[in-house]
Amino acid sequence: MRTMTLSARPRVGLLGLRTSYYVTCSALAIIFLAPIVWTMVTSVKPSAEASASPPTFLPSSLSWSSYQHLAAFGDGISVYAFNSTIVALGTVLCTIILSTLGGYGFSRFSFPGKDILFVTILATLMIPFQSILIPLFLVLRTLGLQNTLLGLVLVYTTFQLPFGVFVMRNAFDSVPREIEEAGLIDGCSSWNLLYRVMLAIVAPGVITVGLFAFFNSWNEFLAALIFMTDSSKFTLPVMLLNASSGQYGAIDWGMIQSGITISMLPCLILFLLLQRYYVSGLAAGAVKA
Amino acid sequence: MASPAITRDTKTARKRAAPASRLMRRRQRAGLLFVLPSVAFVTCFFLLPLVLTAWMSFNNWTIFGEVHFVGLKNYLAMAKDQVFLGSLLFTTKYTIIVCPLIILLGFLLALLVQRPLWGVGLFRTAYFLPVVIGLGTASFLWFWLYNDQVGAIDGLLGYVHLIRTPIAWFNDANIALTAVVIMIVWKSSGFAMLLFLVGMQAIPAELYEAAQVDGAGFWTQLISITLPLLRRTFALILVLIVTGSYLAFDHFYIMTHGNPANQTLTTVMRIIQAGFTNFQLGYAGALSIMLLLILLLINVVQLFIMRGAPDDR
Repeated sequence: MRTMTLSARPRVGLLGLRTSYYVTCSALAIIFLAPIVWTMVTSVKPSAEASASPPTFLPSSLSWSSYQHLAAFGDGISVYAFNSTIVALGTVLCTIILSTLGGYGFSRFSFPGKDILFVTILATLMIPFQSILIPLFLVLRTLGLQNTLLGLVLVYTTFQLPFGVFVMRNAFDSVPREIEEAGLIDGCSSWNLLYRVMLAIVAPGVITVGLFAFFNSWNEFLAALIFMTDSSKFTLPVMLLNASSGQYGAIDWGMIQSGITISMLPCLILFLLLQRYYVSGLAAGAVKA
Repeated sequence: MASPAITRDTKTARKRAAPASRLMRRRQRAGLLFVLPSVAFVTCFFLLPLVLTAWMSFNNWTIFGEVHFVGLKNYLAMAKDQVFLGSLLFTTKYTIIVCPLIILLGFLLALLVQRPLWGVGLFRTAYFLPVVIGLGTASFLWFWLYNDQVGAIDGLLGYVHLIRTPIAWFNDANIALTAVVIMIVWKSSGFAMLLFLVGMQAIPAELYEAAQVDGAGFWTQLISITLPLLRRTFALILVLIVTGSYLAFDHFYIMTHGNPANQTLTTVMRIIQAGFTNFQLGYAGALSIMLLLILLLINVVQLFIMRGAPDDR
């Protein structure tokens, strides 16, 4: 913007301006990225070096010892990573299925009570889930689902549904009706039509919904902390809480950094790969309000 | 919020349905089957617990399921609960500090990376990356950065001789709050930036071109085009961030644990404490309903202010 408005000035000024622009942007980028990079670097330092005081900056040699400590911590990192993966993938799958069905239903059909049901589902967005956690715990206990990964999947899916149903309804709304009518004339059932024809067209919406479901379930802390009482059922963030409380002796900082790295990496990679679906999801949410 | 769009959609749907084949009309009822699973989930895991919260708040309810109706007793007890009142005050203070910072920094970042210059995509991604890692994970990360023995922040400050002895970030309530605020600003400004960018992209480029022809400089364009047209974006971000800040839990639970002496205890932490540490389920329910009402009030007031102003777009 500045380069545009000041373009009438001599070239040297423009060059200086451009340089200072890139210096500012780069400095900011370093501030934003430094903590993430620092954690990753520390996770591959030799253990003693990772807990050194004052801290050292670059590792003297690469070492997997922090990851080995993590593998032996509590029930083992593989158990916690498995729990987090199952919960996240389960939530993604359930959210995609329910939101696609729901979005299709709300977009393409008219049935009694449709508007009320749609508004009700959306309205739950305005009620923070933190305020219903205690009775939710009682409901899960009644169903025999407290302290189970399945229970967590069902709860996370419910939290994702308002956004998911909203995005999918919009996705189906933008599909031309002619495609559907042609399918009906060819004798497709509603189900076949959805499965064979529509799904390919609304795929971007499905990816957006799945991506948000993954981030929110993989990263969720409070509900996982409360609903999971058995340490073999803990997800990664809850495991990190135990690791950083140092209840098993001195805090192993290198081990915690390796745990943080493991819980950050899937999010970073997925975001870098699927960035534009994430942004379109945020934009969709922004338009709504 | 969404209701005008919905009624409009249904109307056009009906208009279209009229000339369509009878087959189309017959299958309309099948729609109920498609939405039924979502409705069942929301009913079972959201609406039912919500009703239960309201019902619990009027009862003395223990973890063993003993229930006595006590009317408004739980609500009256709140007025004397110093820990709850303190947490409400602290959460409000935190919200008032953190919201302007995130919004301002998010807006400045958006201005910085708004133009499609060379390399700008990389900067956008860099500023946004902290948003996608979990709040819990980020809290553990910064808890380590702030550590007075092994942490990088005290390490760096000592390295450049800004401090002689390491700062103990979590021994004093105000310093602890500062630490958490810095972390959350790092974590959330990218989110505000992205929403601002989405809003800025919706402003027609012709407006800026016309302004340039008229000789308007950067500041004039900013004040008379960008800011007024981003009004709705500001309102949205404000509501989202205020709500998010009022529900703060993860970062305080992980970084300060409410210490020292409950001085950094947030309202959600107090609710969880009442419900799962003290097993006062009814009282926790009443606190939850109170938090809900407070949030509702804040958001209604915010939307009213943002909407009620003249020359709304």
